[in-house]
Amino acid sequence: MTPAIPILEARRLTRELPGPVPVTLVRDIDLTVAAGEFVAITGPSGSGKSSLLYLLGLLDTPSSGDVLVDGLPTVGIPDNPLADLRLSRFGFVFQFHFLLPEFSARDNVEIPMRRLGLLGTGEIRDRAEFLLETLGLAEHAHKLPEQMSGGQRQRVAVARALANDPAIILADEPTGNLDTKSAENVFSLFRQLASDQGRAVVVVTHDTELAARADRRIHLVDGRIVP
Amino acid sequence: MATPLGLAIAARHLSHRRRQTVTSLLGVALGVAFFIAIASMMQGFQQDFVNRIIDSSPHVTIKDEFRTPPRQPVENVYPDAVIQLRGLKPRDEVRGLRGARAIIAALEQLPGLKVAPTLAGNALLRYGPKDSSVNVIGIVPDKERLVTKLEKDLIAGKLEGLYTAANGIILGEGVAQKAGIGMDDLVTVVSPEGVVLRMKVVGIFRSGLTVTDNFDTYMLMKKAQVLQNRPNVINRVRIRMDDVEQAQPLARKIEARFGYRTESWQEQSSNVLGIFVIQNVIMYSTVGAILIVACFGIFNVISTVVFEKTKDIGILKSMGFRDADIRRIFVYEGLMVGSIGVVMGWALGFGLVEFMGSLHFKMEGFVRAEGLVLYKSAKHYVISGAMGLTASTFAAWLPARRASRLKPVDIVRGAA
Repeated sequence: MTPAIPILEARRLTRELPGPVPVTLVRDIDLTVAAGEFVAITGPSGSGKSSLLYLLGLLDTPSSGDVLVDGLPTVGIPDNPLADLRLSRFGFVFQFHFLLPEFSARDNVEIPMRRLGLLGTGEIRDRAEFLLETLGLAEHAHKLPEQMSGGQRQRVAVARALANDPAIILADEPTGNLDTKSAENVFSLFRQLASDQGRAVVVVTHDTELAARADRRIHLVDGRIVP
Repeated sequence: MATPLGLAIAARHLSHRRRQTVTSLLGVALGVAFFIAIASMMQGFQQDFVNRIIDSSPHVTIKDEFRTPPRQPVENVYPDAVIQLRGLKPRDEVRGLRGARAIIAALEQLPGLKVAPTLAGNALLRYGPKDSSVNVIGIVPDKERLVTKLEKDLIAGKLEGLYTAANGIILGEGVAQKAGIGMDDLVTVVSPEGVVLRMKVVGIFRSGLTVTDNFDTYMLMKKAQVLQNRPNVINRVRIRMDDVEQAQPLARKIEARFGYRTESWQEQSSNVLGIFVIQNVIMYSTVGAILIVACFGIFNVISTVVFEKTKDIGILKSMGFRDADIRRIFVYEGLMVGSIGVVMGWALGFGLVEFMGSLHFKMEGFVRAEGLVLYKSAKHYVISGAMGLTASTFAAWLPARRASRLKPVDIVRGAA
């Protein structure tokens, strides 16, 4: 990956919620994230951190501006190709694990791969087990989410985010619900994903201590980047 | 591509919501089962009735009547004028079917037809103090036995008895029972013409059709002509066909050729056949109502699942599931409930039909029967299956569409 083309780029990104009193979530955000870079977005509650992340993750449509993935603009792409793009290029981790409660840890990790359909059933299973193993969850593979601790669930969610080997990992308060030790674990995991595996990682957090360990820290106030 | 995955998710959703799922399964199953049971009962009864009609009555009857009054000279002269003639009525043929022998001869030339002439009329049957009004049908036994199953219906006596006894008469079972008449009893038959005949009962028949058994009597054509004072008159020609479905076209053809009113068995039984149509409408609406209720069950379950699974839908969509993938998951759930329900319903319906078939009781309505006559047809299973599946798919479609339209950002934002 040449550093010349940033893997994820925001250009004058603005998002307003229409209504009798329009609410501006983010305004005029310019941002580039390169492969192997670990970016932390911080800011007070309601500053638009999460909104920015959803825009970067193509979950929300900007009111103006554009998000470029691999240098290509995404505004105006229809829903279905956009979903396909998310499936192959993005991995999401949210504050709540959002694991499907009826499925075991391994099944949950398999779901994105089965949806993508590039690998055979055996390969999918192997990869799911491999991912869980790297995250230290080998013996929990068959467990249902409700049988696991918060930290374990969040790690399963990370494994699921990595399932399709995405270039971009987006995480929204991934440690928000975890105790200090688990939070530490998960955070160093993201650190590795960027440094060792060369993925672009964008994490929204309000924990300044953890944010300090990122390559770059972006502080948002009232929907704008402040230096 | 995502087919097995969507199915897997759908199956998990349902299996984790067992009680609701079972309830809606039962809804579909009962709808399907009742349809099969009711349809088999209704059609069984209807077909049995039609079979009895086809079996025991002639398929086509030519009567000495006209449907419309003859065309008047004034109408021929001024074909385009507006003409109203009062008191005009179809001609009354006192002399019965004119040229009946020629008609019979012509019909006998046609393949697959059996033809029998009769003289039908009314009379009073007098036995002791009891008078009963009956239809007197004069027949030629050798031809009659080819056209109706009177001979087979005899529960006492023989058709030949009409020849051997001096004045023989065959009574319907109901006629005999009402007046307390037995075999070999002597009855007095009085015609509207005032002719009185002493006749001997040489046979009693039971056709199973209540109206026939309670009112019809048979005697030789010659005796009937004497009784009605209509020598050499034939007023009905009765026809039996190899192919009963051809009765209507044949009746139309005969009527067009000879001018006389000619009725197929469908026309003669049109009142009853009309009731069947109403019966079927009632059946379909009853079963439709059951299935609509079942639909609400399915709708309810799947709506609940969609509501409970909002978070899952959010994560699946953010992960890269398309709207159609999400919709498919919930439609699959409807289809699963539908198809499992249909299969259960088939089994239940089959059981119900078998159970009804094992019941025995006497009943008397249009027909006399013991127990229910059931018609078992694969068609009922196909129709009920199609209805069940359509209903459950439709019930699932609405919540599924709602689920597919959820925006992932609203879900993750709301929950986070």
